[in-house]
Amino acid sequence: MYRRWFWSLFALPGAVWLVLFFLIPFYAVLAVAFGTLDPIFQGPVPIWNPLHWSGSTMASVLHQLKPGQVFWIVFVRTFVYVALSLAGCLAIGYPVAYYLARHARRLKTVLLVLLIIPFWVSYLMRMLAWIGLLLPDGLVNRSLIDLHIIQHQYGWLDGQASSVVVALTYGYVPYLILPLYATLDRIEPHLLEAGRDLGASPVSTFLHVTLPLSRQGILAGSVLIALPMFGDYYTNDVISGSPRTSMIGNQINLFFQGGPQRTVGASLVVVLSLLLAVLMSYYLYSVARASRLVAV
Amino acid sequence: MRRLRDWWANPWGKPRFLVVVTWAYIVWSIAPVLIAVLFSFNKGRSRSVWQGFSTRWYWSDPTQSVLHDPTLRGALEQSIKLATFDMLIAVPLGVALAIGLTRWRGYGSRPVNLLMLFPLVTPEIVMAVSLLLVFVTLYHIQLGTTAQTLGQVTFSISYVVLIVRGRLLSIGREYEEAANDLGASPFAAIRLVLMPLLAPAILASFIVVFALSIDDFVVTDYLSSDASTQTVPIRIYSSVRGTTTPALNALASLMMVTTLLAITAALLLYRRLSARERRPEQAAAVGDIATLEV
Repeated sequence: MYRRWFWSLFALPGAVWLVLFFLIPFYAVLAVAFGTLDPIFQGPVPIWNPLHWSGSTMASVLHQLKPGQVFWIVFVRTFVYVALSLAGCLAIGYPVAYYLARHARRLKTVLLVLLIIPFWVSYLMRMLAWIGLLLPDGLVNRSLIDLHIIQHQYGWLDGQASSVVVALTYGYVPYLILPLYATLDRIEPHLLEAGRDLGASPVSTFLHVTLPLSRQGILAGSVLIALPMFGDYYTNDVISGSPRTSMIGNQINLFFQGGPQRTVGASLVVVLSLLLAVLMSYYLYSVARASRLVAV
Repeated sequence: MRRLRDWWANPWGKPRFLVVVTWAYIVWSIAPVLIAVLFSFNKGRSRSVWQGFSTRWYWSDPTQSVLHDPTLRGALEQSIKLATFDMLIAVPLGVALAIGLTRWRGYGSRPVNLLMLFPLVTPEIVMAVSLLLVFVTLYHIQLGTTAQTLGQVTFSISYVVLIVRGRLLSIGREYEEAANDLGASPFAAIRLVLMPLLAPAILASFIVVFALSIDDFVVTDYLSSDASTQTVPIRIYSSVRGTTTPALNALASLMMVTTLLAITAALLLYRRLSARERRPEQAAAVGDIATLEV
């Protein structure tokens, strides 16, 4: 009835689209990163043949990635911010997801709706909301002054690393809670009862049953939010805007707004992608495994 | 105070710590947004000090309100325009790709499957930079609405595939085979049997693509040409640190209300479409939509 190629026809348009607008564009980044500069206009000249690639820009970028150099500092800062925000997200997200999965009972639907709302509110709208609160005469400063915790208006938006980390946490927690909830919800209550029956305390049941069983969800959820955080520059720009807190995304963005340095920016994109490839492949691997489980 | 302490210390009651953390988190996540909406109704020019109620920043102010400032109104229009284009292109492409990938067993299906997953995990700045470079150096596509649409569709397709494929796997092939046995041609079987069964998933895809497009900042910004192709997120990004008026809050609030209304309407329709089905599956689908939207 169906010819062999019948179903591949359905996949064709989408596949062609992804090759044209995802795969080839990534090759263009490589071609620019290993390309040269136009001697007159200083614009990037991509080199499409890998045999003719020039490694001079990449070499200088790699040189600046050595410990103590500019890009090294930015990369280390990015890792520290992402790690701190990730820790914050887990510290908030895990208890919330746990409560929702284990104890919410009748409130479950209401809570789910409340937890999903931030998904549908635009990310920058949520940042705008925080900036309103953090302005010099904003609610945060006024409350802290009223409570006599601080005497003068504090410049939360003047390049504070702490503001950036908190903003990243605020921005990305919602995306972590639902995957965590999905994992915790799937744990069989019998396993917990078995743990308790065998004499384990609530704490040790949690440590030896719940936590190991949710490890997969924790890892997958963390990767899911860490990847976009590594490329995030807008949170940093709107909350701090200072070079003192700039992350790798800000650095790349800077090179692309300035024109002549696009080769350097493209090289940084290549370096970032290689670093993140480890995280990406882990996530793709776990997605593939999960979908195989569903298929069975 | 004493009662509060007793309530907190009581070990036999509900898990206090979790209750407190959960509700504190919900307040923390939603209150700032509500406050921002409140300040869009501020009478004065401040976004942080309340000076009385007015609808000045929505329509009363003759030059600076969302209605009368062409740059603000333009941003809203551009956002809606791009979301419409994105839905119209990404959903059909994604549905076809999902059908193809679940049914097609041959060389090439595995690489395409892998390729489809990559946009989901690629940081947006990497995608934005690569699209910008390829448009400028190779394809010679003018930056602006066309480029923005091409970019948005590229990251939207994979979400559609995931939603529709989940549904396809749960339907199985039996219905189509029955249709074929009854004499339907392959295309008729798809049109008359598969499409109605996929309707809820297709609707869910429309919602998710709409939300993805409305929310997108990085790709849309990199591929924008000038002020006329600015969307609401770009507008917020570029003016939030300056001395802007609550008109910015009004713009963001309008966008938020539009999105929430569209989603609520779609969810109601979704419930009607899948009313005859078992409930747990429905709940799971709503959960899927939420989890996918990253």
